[in-house]
Amino acid sequence: MIALLGAVSTICGLIIVTADMVTAETIRNNLAQIRRQAVGEVLPGTTELVKYAVDADAGTVTEAPEGEAKGPAPNLFACFDEDGAGNRRFLGVVCEASGKGYGGAMKVLYAYSPDKQAIVGFKVIESKETPGLGDKILFDEAFLGNFEELDVRLDEAGDALAHDIETVKHGTKTARWQVDAISGATVSSRAVGDMLNADARRMLPLIRRHLDELRQGGT
Amino acid sequence: MAGGAIPTGPAGPTHREAFLNGIWKENPVFVQVLGMCPALAITNTVVNALAMSVAVVFVLVMSNTLVSLLRKLVPKEVRIAVFILIIATFVTVTDYAVKAISISIYKAMGPFIALIVVNCIILSRAEAFSSKQPVFKSILDGFGMGFGFAIALLCMGSVREVLGSGTFLGVPLFGPNFEPWVVFVLPSGGFLTLGVWLLFFAWWRERKDRRNSRQGEAA
Repeated sequence: MIALLGAVSTICGLIIVTADMVTAETIRNNLAQIRRQAVGEVLPGTTELVKYAVDADAGTVTEAPEGEAKGPAPNLFACFDEDGAGNRRFLGVVCEASGKGYGGAMKVLYAYSPDKQAIVGFKVIESKETPGLGDKILFDEAFLGNFEELDVRLDEAGDALAHDIETVKHGTKTARWQVDAISGATVSSRAVGDMLNADARRMLPLIRRHLDELRQGGT
Repeated sequence: MAGGAIPTGPAGPTHREAFLNGIWKENPVFVQVLGMCPALAITNTVVNALAMSVAVVFVLVMSNTLVSLLRKLVPKEVRIAVFILIIATFVTVTDYAVKAISISIYKAMGPFIALIVVNCIILSRAEAFSSKQPVFKSILDGFGMGFGFAIALLCMGSVREVLGSGTFLGVPLFGPNFEPWVVFVLPSGGFLTLGVWLLFFAWWRERKDRRNSRQGEAA
């Protein structure tokens, strides 16, 4: 009986290992491609990304090379395109932020342009918001319009936002750092605003300090 | 409702019966009311229902085959453990395969690919059928039950997608003025849809039985 159980386990183990070996590389490529696509949508024109893993508490920005299974997952992407002469041009950075929405965990990407000092693109990549209500944050054009140029200027010292990102009731946006909520999806809209605010407060000062390095685009 | 109650002659079902029973007479969802968890959770769109069906057919056929091959070697006392090990192996393989084929489908499936391990259809087929029947019949039974499951999931998926999102396979059906019945995409809509389908099939069977008995009397 023990021998039989051992044999069955061995067969099963072999099948799983084979499946893993066959699929591992495709899976990694798929994940990388999905990420490239999502980043490209947030910051259009991107042809090349350099990935970084940012630890906001320790204040470190380290390069996270492609296809590396170990180490922290990348959460900051320096984006470049190419001019006609084949030179890379720095477009901005895309950050990944996560937080809690109305229906559960939510993950978003946002593009930050250091030149404009503004958030210039936004996309929800994972959410569990209520279909028909909260999930309007995925595609509502007026709402997404908030993030075409959302002011996230840093203060004089460069280590805090000059104005917090505020989410205001639908139709009452007056300042460029405010997010106009969707009526009927106020909780989800506010969750997005708060998530961006919390992440921008932590990330942007760090990005400013490492900006030269990011512009170089790694090694 | 366990699959063990299948009426079979002393020689077991014929090949034809082994295949057809699962599709209609012993349909796992509508007759045996097994595998409710994916049938309710993964049928909000037709694509999800299809992907889930393919995954279940694969696991069912493979586990039926291996269980049937080992049926004379496995001692009675440890058979359930061996079945579960075999099923878990093929579920893991499926998990890798889905991830390699499409990350977006994998995300839509959520935890339900891994939960195929505890899908009672598969364990019940191992216990009630393939551990007692030759390999070829077990494969046919796996396909039959799998297709029966697929038909049920597609019945659920098409109703829920058409009414809940106004689309079929992602293609809009009703034009821009259609207001989707969002409830059908939500879990409660799953229960409603399942209830209506069960009612329909129960009515259909009863009608058929009544006809048969009337014909019997006339003869």
